[in-house]
Amino acid sequence: MKDLTHLERLEAESIHIMREVAAECEKPVMLYSVGKDSSVMLHLALKAFYPSKPPFPLLHVDTTWKFREMIRFRDETAKKLGLELLVHTNQEGVEQGVNPFTYGSAAHTDIMKTQALKQALDKYGFDAAFGGARRDEEKSRAKERIFSFRSAQHRWDPKNQRPELWNIYNTKISKGESIRVFPMSNWTELDIWQYIHKEQIEIPVLYFAAKHPVVERDGTLIMVDDDRMPLNEGEVPQEKMVRFRTLGCYPLTGAVESEATTLEQIIQETLLTTTSERQGRVIDHDQSASMEKKKQEGYF
Amino acid sequence: MSHHDELIATDIVAYLQAQENKSFLRFLTCGSVDDGKSTLIGRLLYDSKLIYEDQLAAVENDSKKSGTTGEKPDLALLVDGLAAEREQGITIDVAYRFFSTDKRKFIVADTPGHEQYTRNMATGASTADLAIILIDARYGVQVQTKRHSYIASLLGIKHVVVAINKMDLLEFDQGVFSSIENDYRAFAENLGFEEIVCIPMSALDGDNITTRSERSTWYEGKTLMEHLETVEINRSEAASGFRLPVQWVNRPDLNFRGYSGTIAAGTVKSGDEVIVSPSGKRSSVKSIVTYNGEVEEAGEGAAITVCLNDEIDISRGDIICDKDHPAEQSDQFAAHIMWMSEKKLFPGRQYLMKINNQIIPATVTALKHKINVNNFAQEPGKTMELNEVGVCNLSLSKPVAFDPYKNNRHTGSFILIDKQTNGTIGVGMLDFSLRRAANVVWQDLEIGKSARAGLKLQKPAVLWFTGLSGSGKSTIANLVEKKLFDMGRHTYTLDGDNVRHGLNKDLGFKDADRVENIRRVSETAKLMADAGLITLVSFISPFRAERQMARAMLEEGEFIEIFVNTPLEVAEQRDVKGLYKKARAGEIKNFTGIDSEYQAPQNPEIEIDTVTMSAADAAEQIVTYLEEKGFLES
Repeated sequence: MKDLTHLERLEAESIHIMREVAAECEKPVMLYSVGKDSSVMLHLALKAFYPSKPPFPLLHVDTTWKFREMIRFRDETAKKLGLELLVHTNQEGVEQGVNPFTYGSAAHTDIMKTQALKQALDKYGFDAAFGGARRDEEKSRAKERIFSFRSAQHRWDPKNQRPELWNIYNTKISKGESIRVFPMSNWTELDIWQYIHKEQIEIPVLYFAAKHPVVERDGTLIMVDDDRMPLNEGEVPQEKMVRFRTLGCYPLTGAVESEATTLEQIIQETLLTTTSERQGRVIDHDQSASMEKKKQEGYF
Repeated sequence: MSHHDELIATDIVAYLQAQENKSFLRFLTCGSVDDGKSTLIGRLLYDSKLIYEDQLAAVENDSKKSGTTGEKPDLALLVDGLAAEREQGITIDVAYRFFSTDKRKFIVADTPGHEQYTRNMATGASTADLAIILIDARYGVQVQTKRHSYIASLLGIKHVVVAINKMDLLEFDQGVFSSIENDYRAFAENLGFEEIVCIPMSALDGDNITTRSERSTWYEGKTLMEHLETVEINRSEAASGFRLPVQWVNRPDLNFRGYSGTIAAGTVKSGDEVIVSPSGKRSSVKSIVTYNGEVEEAGEGAAITVCLNDEIDISRGDIICDKDHPAEQSDQFAAHIMWMSEKKLFPGRQYLMKINNQIIPATVTALKHKINVNNFAQEPGKTMELNEVGVCNLSLSKPVAFDPYKNNRHTGSFILIDKQTNGTIGVGMLDFSLRRAANVVWQDLEIGKSARAGLKLQKPAVLWFTGLSGSGKSTIANLVEKKLFDMGRHTYTLDGDNVRHGLNKDLGFKDADRVENIRRVSETAKLMADAGLITLVSFISPFRAERQMARAMLEEGEFIEIFVNTPLEVAEQRDVKGLYKKARAGEIKNFTGIDSEYQAPQNPEIEIDTVTMSAADAAEQIVTYLEEKGFLES
């Protein structure tokens, strides 16, 4: 029989990881962030347990600043697949009026995303949470285990990671501790796109180029997704043909000008581009070790 | 990602199709510190055009701050991820990298060079098909080269590339290269590699990485990249036949029952006859179910769900096998173990073993010998420490299905988990079954435990007194036995000091000996319980793990842990035998409470506070407990 291809091997590895969590963990959850990586992860989960449904709910941490299209896509996907969807928002943050404009990207992300995630995990008592992160995304991720342990305070200790050999995963934890599980650790951005193409996986339309009202700030194109976006004096949103390479809070997500309206064209543009994917994310710009620091503090 | 593949711009659909059919190789890089591992990987990423402009700009920026390469960009900075590593310029943990060429996709495990991180190297090797072992041409084969080659061999890697690096510093001298190649081939002769390829290179300048070097015209072999793109890996594991370790029983409703898992070897077709290990039950494959519909056939590496034609009992941990080549089964093994923890391995202590998707209690019954990973010599030892490799005998609480590791990396590997910390503290590779399980059949005697106990009008129990030296264990145990004797019950006392005069006189007071001491006493107590006796065990038994082991040997409810709780100051003040004085004076080593740890019970059945309670009252309390729990028939 023919050897499995690269994508088939990656798919099988991810499925193996998900089944292991379902078999051994008491209360798993899948972090669903509505992006293309989440779409792939969810597709893998459907495959892993078929004909059963994935034996865990989806959790979306809603900062209240996500693109409206993301929320629509999220609700429709959960309904269509008949999966339980939990949505959590940091209510304290909402009451304090936390937003990316006056609080800045770092504080907003910490309060509405990192803190909110910890609240949600504590509230439901999840002992394992799937995340769609990949090792090729960022340098500290490259060294993180597939089963990554968090203390009861949700901290990651990069110097004290469990050895992870073969495909044997140690899921034992003490009360209060939890595991972040990254079934797509070994995928690259290109693998994700190829797989979306091969399996015809649905992704939010924001990935495809379309006319959107945008303003340019510090060289980044920001889409004006609703009227909460404060405009500077003399700033007038321009209709431009743009698409997004990653999806997050709309004020923190840069658009790129593009004419790519089909999946093939997006992949073509992605392959021909000369800057890395995370550049569109404002939160990573601070300093090179910033992701590692955030993760130690509990960022997913 | 500025791939220069013309198809991307001209025919993206054709490009994607070509990409989907690429083959795949996982390899690791290893070698001594400063041999240039990270630089080599940075070079592979750089030369395969996988570095984005913004990433390169960041590295050029960082090179000025902390680089070690002068004017050239320090490519190692592309891969040294953790902040601590970048500051110290070392690689402390295995990092995974990804790149591809037109022919293949690659996953690279970049593993650390320092000796104290050897376990991380083993982690990278466990999933790799090929190892690149770097050698600094100026220094030749080093101790670290041997260690890493041994570990690669131990973990079953068959293909080795010896990257003789920094040849630029020696003007690509062919003589130097040949002499290192000869040295390497000589010592690696018995490591079981199928193929060793030596390549002269400079990772810093890129010689013989992706392009042939003009500075080594004498070298006629492939460049590193050519070799990686073309090396053939035989993944069909050595003639073991089909193996599906069951991971998850798929039961959406009463009409469907499937067994999900990843195929560890061979292929399966619908209609194939199968046998389940270890139960030996037989059936045949009804269907292979996937999300994309049923498939006729599936092979090694695929994550599938199979349905069988018969309703037989199969659960997680079982292996569905080709009917003519079932996996072996045993509860006694010889295995190579690599120790991964700062807490030492003690023969006799119980750990949890995760093997073929199940977790079961396991004990290392004997450490046959350790292997010096620097010169491969066998050395005796009583314990194993971090990064050490040894050959051990293991005993499991029930039989499991397995294959020897040399036949199958998936069904022959296991990890050991610490029961207290839950950490992965050891990893192992099964060599063979000791078959004691098959040969030594437990004598099924006609008179059983309950019959013997019933005659004595009692239920067997082991009263396990634990506490510091001088806490009053033996005093209370004596009183309890006297009371029971007066009530006409059948008892026996195993006392720490007395047992050490006979059965255990060959044991000292080191941690390993203490563990073995308790193991023997537990086994003795178990036999006495089988004889129907109420057995009183009066031992310091300082470690939680050993008391747990004793508990696990007995039937549910038979083990009664009695914590004789006397604070150290009080026990030391009483000092009935004068031992504390000697220990404080340094005349007795490894004395519990002074220079050896006492781990107090967390949930004892009975706790006696000797500061507030007299020995007589304590004895009364224990006998009352036995009466209330129904151990003594009236």
